[in-house]
Amino acid sequence: MTLLSIKNMDVSIGQYSVLHGVTFDVPEGGVFVLLGRNGAGKTTTLRSIIGLWDRPPGSVTFRGEDVSSLHTSDIARKGIAFVPENMGIFGGLTVAENMVLATASGKFDQARLTRVYELFPALEQFWDKQAWSLSGGQKQMLAVARAIIEPRDLILIDEPTKGLAPSIIHAMGEAFREISQTTTILLVEQNFAFAKSLGRDMAVIDDGRVVHTGTMAEFAADTALQDRLLSLSVEGA
Amino acid sequence: MNRTLSVKIIALTIWGLLLFSPFLFQDVRQVEVAARICVFIVLVASYDLLIGYTGIVSFAHTMFFGLGAYGVAIAMKQGDNTWGYWIVGALAGVLVAAVLAVLIGLLSLRVKAIFFAMITLAAASVALVLASQLSSFTGGEDGMTYSSPDIFKPATKLLTDDEGKVARIAGVRMNGKIAAYYFVFFTSAVMFWVMLRIVGSPLGTVLKAIRENEARAEGIGYRVVAYRTAVFVIAATTAALAGAVYAAWLKYTGPDTTLSFAIMIDILLMVVIGGMGTMWGAAIGATLMVLAQYYLRDLMEVASDATSAIPLLPELLSPDRWLLWLGIIFILLVYFFPAGIAGTIIRGRAK
Repeated sequence: MTLLSIKNMDVSIGQYSVLHGVTFDVPEGGVFVLLGRNGAGKTTTLRSIIGLWDRPPGSVTFRGEDVSSLHTSDIARKGIAFVPENMGIFGGLTVAENMVLATASGKFDQARLTRVYELFPALEQFWDKQAWSLSGGQKQMLAVARAIIEPRDLILIDEPTKGLAPSIIHAMGEAFREISQTTTILLVEQNFAFAKSLGRDMAVIDDGRVVHTGTMAEFAADTALQDRLLSLSVEGA
Repeated sequence: MNRTLSVKIIALTIWGLLLFSPFLFQDVRQVEVAARICVFIVLVASYDLLIGYTGIVSFAHTMFFGLGAYGVAIAMKQGDNTWGYWIVGALAGVLVAAVLAVLIGLLSLRVKAIFFAMITLAAASVALVLASQLSSFTGGEDGMTYSSPDIFKPATKLLTDDEGKVARIAGVRMNGKIAAYYFVFFTSAVMFWVMLRIVGSPLGTVLKAIRENEARAEGIGYRVVAYRTAVFVIAATTAALAGAVYAAWLKYTGPDTTLSFAIMIDILLMVVIGGMGTMWGAAIGATLMVLAQYYLRDLMEVASDATSAIPLLPELLSPDRWLLWLGIIFILLVYFFPAGIAGTIIRGRAK
């Protein structure tokens, strides 16, 4: 069943046309990975879904409802969480305050909070610390924890492994695997080994266009296709 | 000691001194200063809700302050000096302030900060011109004098002794002036407490998030314009209520006491001195600034006399130059307390 459907999305930033008729469907459940070279338009696609650009032409349908004309905050309230590339935490607030912000009522569901502590034990340890004082990995954990502290149907995550140590990346992967049991993840990732280990379905964007969609298993098996579409050295493939 | 606790202790000490000031400083001028400090703590705290907690720069805060004061002044001048007219005037001022804040907020909080600041500046200028021009209604440049409620009159006996005269407690006459001061003190303390509750609530956390990054706040489901408008309305109505209280204390309302840009600059300086985004800092900033405004000149006169034998110094310390010295003190405070006094104590001084 399709959870999110993007059709003919065109986005221009200033004089530059960044996305050209981007079209793909994200099925419900598991991790959908959006791959592509630097500057291909992956982040712009995520930001357009959550409404951070002025209404782009084309449509974004979430659970059958067109959300492309909605305000960012209304899209978020539909059950879509966004974890931006630069972690998107509020450095001047404490870890606890960052988490409270993501709750609808200002109160925590104890079961979900316990799950967050299990996934990211460091957050419990630094609960009352200012978020700016956390390490890069802990900030990323906080950003993801904020996305799962309330029930969501879809989490958009932009390059979560960027700049993180391998041990943290591994822990993050484990957390995403568990989260994806109950929540669909649309993941933008440059680290192909990480993406491959998590992804069930995938799409490749190149020069603002979707140039390939399919299952991750098929794509991972086709090194020639990877070379052609991503031109990357497939680390750990 | 916990740094935040230190700031709270300083601010609570100020409130404690204000609570007992009629008994500690038995002088009309000193009680006048204490009442002004109470009102300005509220005014500065409500402005800090905007600039310190939400990142909104507004120059219309004195306009809202003036609306409350003029509401009471007009009601008591046109009507009489009963509480009913005070309440009607205060409510009218608060209501007009709320409506104007909603209009300004919804129309302009979507634009960039600098344009919003300019719009509020224009609105404040219009209010000042209107107050001066509509003299039959507002008293024009001269303002309006009126009677306060009977309980605030100096002749009112709150307590009497065996001979039927005004009783004294710790040497202080229990008359209407005491009632007026405690009316100012308690209403100010309640308003300050409400603002402390606001910044300590989930709403306060959302405001801080908006100040830090609007797009991120939107991204997690907060309609920034709605929150910014709401906090603008809260700050405006609080300022209007402070104006209504101050009008009852002064028994005079005019452009210079409520609407002038000099007061707006004072509020800005008080917020900066106390520390932006530290509600307790409002008590510190307002107290220091009001004390400087009232006593720096006296202090300089003493210093000028004491140094009369030394060349040049008496000239420099002449009371006429008090504004120059106030400026120097402000520069030194900003240098040594870059985040304001409360802010620097809480966060520590940047190396």
